[in-house]
Amino acid sequence: MNEMTKLTAKDFATDQEVRWCPGCGDYAVLKAVQRTMPELGVRPENVVFVSGIGCSSRFPYYMETYGFHTIHGRAPTFATGIKLANPELDVWIITGDGDALSIGGNHTMHVLRRNLDCQILLFNNEIYGLTKGQYSPTSRVGTRSPSTPFGSVDRPASPCAFALGSGARFVARGIDVHKNLPEVLKAAHAHKGASFVEIYQNCVVYNDDIFAPFTAKENAGNQLWLKAGEPMLFANRSKGIALDRESLSLKVVDVDGGDWAAAGVIVHDPRNRSIAHMLVEMPFGAFPTALGVLYEDPAPTFESAVAEQNSKASAGKAPNLQALVGKGQSWEVTKEPHVI
Amino acid sequence: MASATHLVTPEEAHSDAPLEAVVVRFAGDSGDGMQLTGGQFTLSTALAGNDLATFPDFPAEIRAPQGTTFGISAFQINFGSSAIETAGDAPDVLIAMNPAALRVNVAALKPGGLIIADVGEFGARNLAKAGYATNPLEDGSLAKWQLIPFNISQLTLDAVKPFGLGNKEALRCKNMWTLGLALWMFDRDKAPIEEWVRTKFAKAPELAEANIAALRAGHAYGETAEIGGQIPQRHLDPAPAEPGLYRTVTGAEAISIGLVAGAQLAGLPMFFGGYPITPASAILHHLSRLKEYGVTTFQAEDEIAAIGSAIGASFAGSLGVTSSSGPGIALKAEAMGLAIMTELPLVIINSQRGGPSTGLPTKTEQSDLYQAVYGRNGDAPMPVIAARSPADAFDCAIEACRIATQFMTPVMLLTDGYIANAAEPWKVPDMTDYQPFPVHFHDEAPAEGKAVNPYARDEKLARVWIKPGTPGLTHRIGGIEKNAATGHIDYAPANHQAMTDVRANKVLNVRSSIPDQEVTLGEEGGRLVVVGWGSTFGPIHQAVRRARARGLDVSHVHLRHIWPMPRNLGDLLKSYDRIIVPEMNTGQLKTVLRDQYLVDAKPVTKVSGQPFKIAEIEAAIEDALA
Ligand SMILES: Cc1ncc(C[n+]2csc(CCOP(=O)(O)OP(=O)(O)O)c2C)c(N)n1
Ligand code: SF4
Ligand SMILES: [Mg+2]
Repeated sequence: MNEMTKLTAKDFATDQEVRWCPGCGDYAVLKAVQRTMPELGVRPENVVFVSGIGCSSRFPYYMETYGFHTIHGRAPTFATGIKLANPELDVWIITGDGDALSIGGNHTMHVLRRNLDCQILLFNNEIYGLTKGQYSPTSRVGTRSPSTPFGSVDRPASPCAFALGSGARFVARGIDVHKNLPEVLKAAHAHKGASFVEIYQNCVVYNDDIFAPFTAKENAGNQLWLKAGEPMLFANRSKGIALDRESLSLKVVDVDGGDWAAAGVIVHDPRNRSIAHMLVEMPFGAFPTALGVLYEDPAPTFESAVAEQNSKASAGKAPNLQALVGKGQSWEVTKEPHVI
Repeated sequence: MASATHLVTPEEAHSDAPLEAVVVRFAGDSGDGMQLTGGQFTLSTALAGNDLATFPDFPAEIRAPQGTTFGISAFQINFGSSAIETAGDAPDVLIAMNPAALRVNVAALKPGGLIIADVGEFGARNLAKAGYATNPLEDGSLAKWQLIPFNISQLTLDAVKPFGLGNKEALRCKNMWTLGLALWMFDRDKAPIEEWVRTKFAKAPELAEANIAALRAGHAYGETAEIGGQIPQRHLDPAPAEPGLYRTVTGAEAISIGLVAGAQLAGLPMFFGGYPITPASAILHHLSRLKEYGVTTFQAEDEIAAIGSAIGASFAGSLGVTSSSGPGIALKAEAMGLAIMTELPLVIINSQRGGPSTGLPTKTEQSDLYQAVYGRNGDAPMPVIAARSPADAFDCAIEACRIATQFMTPVMLLTDGYIANAAEPWKVPDMTDYQPFPVHFHDEAPAEGKAVNPYARDEKLARVWIKPGTPGLTHRIGGIEKNAATGHIDYAPANHQAMTDVRANKVLNVRSSIPDQEVTLGEEGGRLVVVGWGSTFGPIHQAVRRARARGLDVSHVHLRHIWPMPRNLGDLLKSYDRIIVPEMNTGQLKTVLRDQYLVDAKPVTKVSGQPFKIAEIEAAIEDALA
């Protein structure tokens, strides 16, 4: 492939047979990613997909880029080493709700806090797909599964709230089959630093339609798509999100005749961290689901800080192995050895 | 000389235990600065040309309550005019800074040995804390030793008075006073130590001057008539050593610079991922200062992240290195399996400590051999090598880098708390003597219509190493079994059999790149061989030497390569009538030797957290020959 050829989605697809269940949301995400890649202006050889373990983590095998299918929950650790060793590489982490928030919660927190420049796509299906349907840390209370036949009793974690709490500088949400997913992916890629994207992914086998209350076509009115500088409107712009100044919380308001300003609807400022916290915590039902880029406020990346310190610390020092081994207080023995 | 480069001369081998050797133990509260005193005394010993070996013995608690027995920190040094290979069995001199230090250490002192005690600390409170009902300095209970009590605390306060320090700060100079006295006792030059004090306290010149005043006062105390010649002064001639430049080195330092050298010989940048743990942290600390050698260090969130990042860096074309101790090594096991499966180079250093679980974090043990050789799920073979001494750790680190990069495999380097912390003189190697082993990254895209096979192998069975960023060679690797010919996922029975075999055979092929096992001391064949590995080298070597001097038919074989073992080892072991294997565990190498060679290897074990004494191994030799 030479620089001139315009790449297509096909150039990013391997010849491997894709092995997800028919109808799985993972297919849609794969297509969206393959379609987005040519638009990012990246060369396949400079891209690395790193995953943990789970249905979703099979993803790298289907991308004609470099790929590393690692161990359960630890993808961020491998990605960190890859990016520190070669900051030029474009690193994508593919993970599941169990992978990222159960066994790998610790690493997810630290890769976000450090702000490693990478894209993290968390396929949230609220279930352990690969191990045949046990409930996961994002499953709602009462989820019946092989390991919780009477329903789960523990409260779920919210991936985006977790990401924000960990210090993420880019937090977004998308839906597997939604046409907006490529836009969200592009924004994630454009952001320098750790970009956290929660993708609502339908597991047709173990948790079918769990997100239908807002993903189904007829429920599209429950989607709040956020755009920087635009009012937070949903349900065909008939409703909006306003700030209740008394309680310092969000509220849903009706918008009459398009006059959102009069209704107090707020304009989305992705840099507003406080609002971002409220957006990710909005309880579904009373509120719509916030989607798109919820929060973005770039900060220096981990690998650039490391590289900068490395070069500062080495400045003016010529590496000399012989000098290194002889360092410290040394002494010369001149006499020939005598026999004792 | 307790260095890797030292060859025992026949005279040495047949001579008796070196007469001109002294063992000194400094013991005090963990806040008393005993490790610092010991370290500086070591330096002055090295500068005087004596051979030496040290044994720092730390308390597990950082700041245990003052004056208690479990807060005692000790530093033992053995030095002399001939080869020294252990930190010494029993001290000749004990310097006890308080009653607890005396109580914990006095039993080890040789009969007739010298006790120097700081009377100033032997008040009722401290005596009670140490569990003494009466003052041992006065009640005659120390009669079998030579006791020289005097008030080091008061003498120090007097010496530093002109500098106007507070009482607490002034008393902190006690260790320098003691060091000064020790320097006088062994006829040493104060100047290098004074120079060191000035650099150490460069930011606080008055503290530097106070410490130097204390040092000089201690020295002068020995010299003047004040103590009426009570304290003996001894001069030890320099030990014979090959001419050349020498320095002292601890195992942690030797490993760190060995890794840097290894990466450079491979022509690679190095990536080190670590998570703090005693006694492995020192390697992370050392390497984090060596950035100009292409070293990137990363303090990860845990040991799993440490090894994960190192494997990721290796995937991206650096030499990944990670280091820990038993509990952390346990956490890394799953990722080691991934490195074995994906056939990426990686160096894993295990600074062993007493286990299981948290065990004895500050004490030494060799009980992770099974973990290193066998401790992973699946058939997961990995080369394992072990350093015998601080200086040997340098060559072992280079060897680990060589095997990892030449065979595309993780390699475990075993060391232990003793090696990590102990210092010994080291003849500075000439780096041009080391053969480079440059890595070649595969960068030729396959012909049109042909697919990339990341598992294509060379004659050693090492797979190709392809760096992300290389055009035309995009490929995917992972922990799932892969087809031998295509690198694609493949669970077929015959393929798994073939891949399992190839992984095992590749590791066995390391044997053709290592030398045959030598007899370290003695000869091939005979009545008895003592087989050792790791830091038991010193005591085994000395014990065998002494036994041979007494005419016993015994030889010493010391292994560096624990897995795979040298090709000739089986025949070599079978050339002796009997085999004993001293180890600081319950018999782990013994089991492997029995398994590999069907030989009747007998264990000699010790798991007290303390290194073997020469005498203990001598006794085992006598038993075995009886
Ligand atoms: C150390 C370890 N523990 C457990 C497993 C088994 N396991 C594989 S995937 C998985 C959960 C996957 O769930 P999720 O991350 O949500 O991915 P999904 O399959 O839903 O895409 C588990 C428990 C494993 N592979 N490794
Ligand atoms: S189990 Fe669910 S998540 Fe996994 S492939 Fe099937 S549908 Fe997709
Ligand atoms: Mg899941």
